[in-house]
Amino acid sequence: MATIQQKVLALNGDEAVALAVKQSDVDVVAAYPITPQTIIVERFSEYVADGEVDTEFVCTESEHSALSACLAASATGARTFTASASAGLALMHEILYVTSGCRAPVVMAIANRALSAPINIHCDHSDSMVERDSGWIQIYAENSQETYDSIIQAFRIAEHPDLLLPVMVCLDAFVLSHTLENVAILTDKDVLKFVGKRQIPLVTGHEGRKVPFKLDPDNPITMGPLDLYDYYFEHKRQQEEAMRKAPEIIRQIHDEFAQLSGRKYGNSLVDAYRLEDADVATVCVGSTAGTTKTVVDQLRTKGVKAGLLRLRTFRPLPVTNIMKALENVKAIAVMDRSNSFGGHGGPIFHEIRHVLYDSKSHPYVVNYIYGLGGRDMPQNIIRSIYEDLQEILETDQVKSYVQFAGVRE
Amino acid sequence: MSQEQKSWKEIPIAGVCWKPATEYPTGDWRTFKPVRDPEKCTRCLLCPMICPDSAITWNKTTEDIEFNYDFCKGCGICANECPVEAIKMVREGEA
Repeated sequence: MATIQQKVLALNGDEAVALAVKQSDVDVVAAYPITPQTIIVERFSEYVADGEVDTEFVCTESEHSALSACLAASATGARTFTASASAGLALMHEILYVTSGCRAPVVMAIANRALSAPINIHCDHSDSMVERDSGWIQIYAENSQETYDSIIQAFRIAEHPDLLLPVMVCLDAFVLSHTLENVAILTDKDVLKFVGKRQIPLVTGHEGRKVPFKLDPDNPITMGPLDLYDYYFEHKRQQEEAMRKAPEIIRQIHDEFAQLSGRKYGNSLVDAYRLEDADVATVCVGSTAGTTKTVVDQLRTKGVKAGLLRLRTFRPLPVTNIMKALENVKAIAVMDRSNSFGGHGGPIFHEIRHVLYDSKSHPYVVNYIYGLGGRDMPQNIIRSIYEDLQEILETDQVKSYVQFAGVRE
Repeated sequence: MSQEQKSWKEIPIAGVCWKPATEYPTGDWRTFKPVRDPEKCTRCLLCPMICPDSAITWNKTTEDIEFNYDFCKGCGICANECPVEAIKMVREGEA
């Protein structure tokens, strides 16, 4: 399938992101460093200093300012990128909504890290899961190769004239961000051709004329002004409509990239692994899927009909794909690397169980909170979760719907 | 507020304004109204410059200061800054 030249480099996830951004003809990067994202902007600032890119690099005094600068740059029609994690993403919270509301197609890499307190720099998904309602597309990568590929695709997705939605590409802290992996790299020319120039659609401006949707002194427009009970709701409905169009556009861009690179990630929205005849399955996002695939393979050799569903996009939630992929599975364990304190399980569990309420098969759906603050998720714990699912099927009983995998009791 | 209520399919995205601000008379937000004493006023033209709503202008025909009460929100900056105290803020309905 691959038709073009690629070379393989040993890169960690952060370096892969920086390289993808370098190749994607980005106009503005505004960022503030935070572990474990720092390598991304550090490496990118080296490209700027060495004259390898002509990107405007803005060093800001906080993440709130970094995203504000990106929003402003993006509003002028610039291709814009930033990166953050944990407390940095939390500080951006206000501007995340302003960015999506202004339909500014900013792309951001999130090196998923736990939220304080106690302070912890390691992986969990608390930082991005809390932003699931902010109007950003969320893509969770399984490995550094997918991170590299997803960043390149993300610019096309975000800037698509039917979407104009900001995109987060999430990679697991340290497991991906700081771990060397062989990553196949496209040539600069091929990436440049794939991402192209940012297309600016027309909107109706304040004189009733069609003008480019960007801040431009020659064709002035106003974005995101005071919008009360008479029109705010309509503008939010437009954002939802863009999200509803997103799955098809994400799939098209993913497939086009697959033609170029030879690399596919499930159907772009979900990655269904050995699910066709599975009785028991787990659902997760991120790098844990890699370990789980190994466990599934081992269980299959022992005759256990095990499978895995990895969500690649969490926003938009691929509802029909989830239903279809899990329609014949009898017991499902949803794996959440974040917790909703006082809720009934974690955020992915909420969605999966909610979607399956309408499924005809009515499977058992249980939840495991795991890996908080970088707690390792080894094969034996994943295996024990599949054993729990088998026990549920054997006994027709669920002992507990929400459990904690890997915590000392 | 606009009289015509359009659906989400008909309006530009991101709150982009498709009509000029002059179609939204904001003068009805006003509680206090600036009233000028033409005898005291020296026509120094400070108030047209400092009005945040550009609601005070120089009328070339009458050769005098003019208040546009469709857009004056009654902030009182003109009355505060007038060097000869020619502008008084009067509660609406009492002027």
